[in-house]
Amino acid sequence: MFNKTIREILDDLAKGEYSSREITGALLDRIKSLDAGLNSFITLTEDQALANAEAADSARSKGEAGLLCGVPIAHKDIFCTQGIRSSCGSKMLDNFISPYDAYLVKQMKDAGVVCLGKTNMDEFAMGSSNETSYYGPVKNPWDTGRVPGGSSGGSAAAVAARFVPGATATDTGGSIRQPASLCGVTGLKPTYGRVSRYGMIAFASSLDQAGPIARTAEDCALLLEAMAGFDPMDSTCIDRDVPNYSASLTDDISGLRIGLPKQYFNGQTNAQVGKLVDEALKELESAGAKLIEVDLPHAELAVPTYYVVAPAECSTNLSRYDGVRYGYRCEDPVDLEDLYCRSRSEAFGDEVKRRILVGTYVLSAGFYDAYYRQAQKIRRLIQEDFVSAFEKVDLVASPAALSTAFKFGEKSEDPVEMYQEDLYTIPANLAGLPAMSMPCGLIDGLPIGMQLVGKHFEEGRMLNAAHQYQLRTDWHQRAPAQYGGES
Amino acid sequence: MEWETVIGLEVHVQLKTKSKIFSGAAVDFGQEPNTNACAIDLALPGTLPVLNKEAVSMAVQFGLAIDAEISRRSVFERKNYFYPDLPKGYQTTQLDEPIVGRADILLELEDGSQKGTEKMVRLHHAHLEEDAGKSLHEDFAGKSGIDLNRAGTALIEIVSEPDMRSAAEAVAFLKKIHSIVTYLGVSDGEMSQGSMRCDANVSVRPKGQEEYGTRAEIKNINSFRFVERAIGVEVERQIDLISDGGTVVQETRLYDSDKNETRPMRSKEVANDYRYFPCPDLLPVELDESYIQSLKDALPELPDAKKKRFCTDYGLSNYDASLLTQERPTADYFEAVESKCEDAKLAANWVIGELSAQLNKDDLKITDSPISPDTLGLLIVRVKDGTISGKQAKQLFELLWTEGGEVDQTIESKGLKQVSDSGAIGSFVDQVIAENPQQVENFRAAPEEKRKKMFGFFVGQVMKLSQGQANPAEVNKILKEKL
Repeated sequence: MFNKTIREILDDLAKGEYSSREITGALLDRIKSLDAGLNSFITLTEDQALANAEAADSARSKGEAGLLCGVPIAHKDIFCTQGIRSSCGSKMLDNFISPYDAYLVKQMKDAGVVCLGKTNMDEFAMGSSNETSYYGPVKNPWDTGRVPGGSSGGSAAAVAARFVPGATATDTGGSIRQPASLCGVTGLKPTYGRVSRYGMIAFASSLDQAGPIARTAEDCALLLEAMAGFDPMDSTCIDRDVPNYSASLTDDISGLRIGLPKQYFNGQTNAQVGKLVDEALKELESAGAKLIEVDLPHAELAVPTYYVVAPAECSTNLSRYDGVRYGYRCEDPVDLEDLYCRSRSEAFGDEVKRRILVGTYVLSAGFYDAYYRQAQKIRRLIQEDFVSAFEKVDLVASPAALSTAFKFGEKSEDPVEMYQEDLYTIPANLAGLPAMSMPCGLIDGLPIGMQLVGKHFEEGRMLNAAHQYQLRTDWHQRAPAQYGGES
Repeated sequence: MEWETVIGLEVHVQLKTKSKIFSGAAVDFGQEPNTNACAIDLALPGTLPVLNKEAVSMAVQFGLAIDAEISRRSVFERKNYFYPDLPKGYQTTQLDEPIVGRADILLELEDGSQKGTEKMVRLHHAHLEEDAGKSLHEDFAGKSGIDLNRAGTALIEIVSEPDMRSAAEAVAFLKKIHSIVTYLGVSDGEMSQGSMRCDANVSVRPKGQEEYGTRAEIKNINSFRFVERAIGVEVERQIDLISDGGTVVQETRLYDSDKNETRPMRSKEVANDYRYFPCPDLLPVELDESYIQSLKDALPELPDAKKKRFCTDYGLSNYDASLLTQERPTADYFEAVESKCEDAKLAANWVIGELSAQLNKDDLKITDSPISPDTLGLLIVRVKDGTISGKQAKQLFELLWTEGGEVDQTIESKGLKQVSDSGAIGSFVDQVIAENPQQVENFRAAPEEKRKKMFGFFVGQVMKLSQGQANPAEVNKILKEKL
């Protein structure tokens, strides 16, 4: 049962093969017995999940089944869930029981999902390895001595370990795509503005976007249909119809033009990674796609640009965590300054503090023009690189990560080295473009993914290409040794 | 040494929108603490701002009313600092691209040494921003209470150039702003409730010097009177300081109305770097011509235009028109009275005179007047048609004010009718003449210049006889004849 995809589960539920209550119960048991080894969940909401599963079964029997009625999923702990702790992976919000549901959470409830719990993540979504969580690191199910990637490490690991068939996650610089790649699952970051950010705890406002992680492009399409849509409570959300992503999955991709940036395919990539990505591209070619070289001249500026803009925005987004109204407050503060200083020092981890300090610096008088304003200008150039490229191609391809999963502690000593992990994924966030990663091979038993970047609001075309690839290959069906097998 | 005062004002005006500038919580004064603060106002994790359209149109209306530049594109920025009444740790405001640009504001000075003169004060700009909450330091035993009801209320901040040279000019500017925003209905301008607050930037320099002196900022002054006093004592303080060899420190000060002095603000005076940058949660505000034009078309008659009209249509003096148009309710009241009695001069006199005096005495607003414009209008009609004398009218006014009732009924019941019958008056005059033969002889013998005063004696006697009810005009006429 736990190997089933969302598509299969929906079919099974419709046929009455089993009930939502049954599969929910089975997955909860699985999580309880196996997650100690992975630490992918922060909070398990067992009673609510079972109750909701029963309600879903009841709705289905009355013919009132929503798009995802009865499907068990998990939410990254960055989404506010009413009545349930929403910690964002931080001591600062360990005691925060959200009084409201994020818009996305509400939409998915309306679609009928059954939420099993909140998944672990890098603190305040800052990280590429899920090593910065207050709740301890998440382990990669493919090799528990290695990181699952971040910041959505919990969601990616939970899906890879077959704890849930799908999970929500967020991506600011690659936090869906990179862990998906490292865990051998499929993850998608939509166009900026496609999904509401209301109730999604903010890291970098102009870059954050919520998206699905699942084992197939087909499942991502289903989840995205439920997540996408206009929300008047988010001023940056776009009012635009949500296409039927599932319907276009099987479109013919002959003539689809896939761009290969020469900056990424210049032989400087890890050789094994490069080889697997090339093979994946050949698969797409055999399905009718055309491979065309493109030029992204400002590619190497993406990481430094991001690490000016994102910290700047996060430094102000995190100012509200001050121990005054909710969240962590230090004991016996002596005065206001003490309250602020100790609450924040005691409750924020090192990476969060590092980024707040960097962000404060680049916005400060005398440095704003040289750093923040300059970075925003370069961001425009990076976006224009894609605009030019998309005149010649429909999608842009690259590896989704530098390499396979690294060992714990390998990069956490050198923040800048860790930041380089996001090399391929950051440009799509800076340009607001949709992007996804899908498994395209194993290197020494560890998964690696390929990334596709699409034009604004062309998630359908991207999913279509991914699905066609997944029809011809089976990397997405491989399971980590201790977590695969028959249901 | 002759000194010159330089004043610039920043006026914060709370807009009368139903909900806050970035959230749907209600805007309401005097509620229980934290009952009007929703998730967005509390800056809960994950919350986002959505701009209130009405706040935008109110800001544009203000700009149009003062003939200012209206920015077709304006941007919200984050102004970062930590304080418990600022939940997000930043205030969403505007900096480089505010919604309203430059304007020239013409002031007419009414009091003091500059009475009757005009002064042009330049507006630097006006922008939209959100208000902070309130910190209450009493009642909490060593702690402070934070009330976030006010947090997120829509404000326009109106910033002048440092063009004012006296406290009187500053007050005139403030009154003009007050007049405009209340006329437009975009604010209730209640300084006592904090819906309009003034920060005054004050400096002095030797007369003739081009360079500005160092300025001190006096924050959150909440009445016209206090603005005048605060500027006065601050100027004195600065002059004394400099004359004694000291230098003025650039700092924020508060006006203490009990002690009538300014003192530095309690909070730590570290120069704040606000790290402004455009708010990534909000889109730039883009206005098109048809939107601006429709607001322009819907503007009500503004104070200046109304004043001109009162002068030309009603023949009122500049002074009277000015007083009547200062506040829109007063102007509306006056016009209602005038339309009832059809005598602008009398209507103006009564509104500016008796009515205003009573309102002041009882500390009432004209909208709470116990005498309606209709009633006052009828009272004036009864003076004009001779039913009552001027003196009786005053008595009638007081009766209506304290006891209520209608004009005609009260005239009847209190016997306030004037005696105008020439026969009746004739007999009073005859009686007075008969009873005062010596004075009559003296009068007839006296030269012209001396007669006026003597005449008054006879008038007084007739009035006494008639118990004050004789029509004075008639008395004069008949007395003249008979004498």
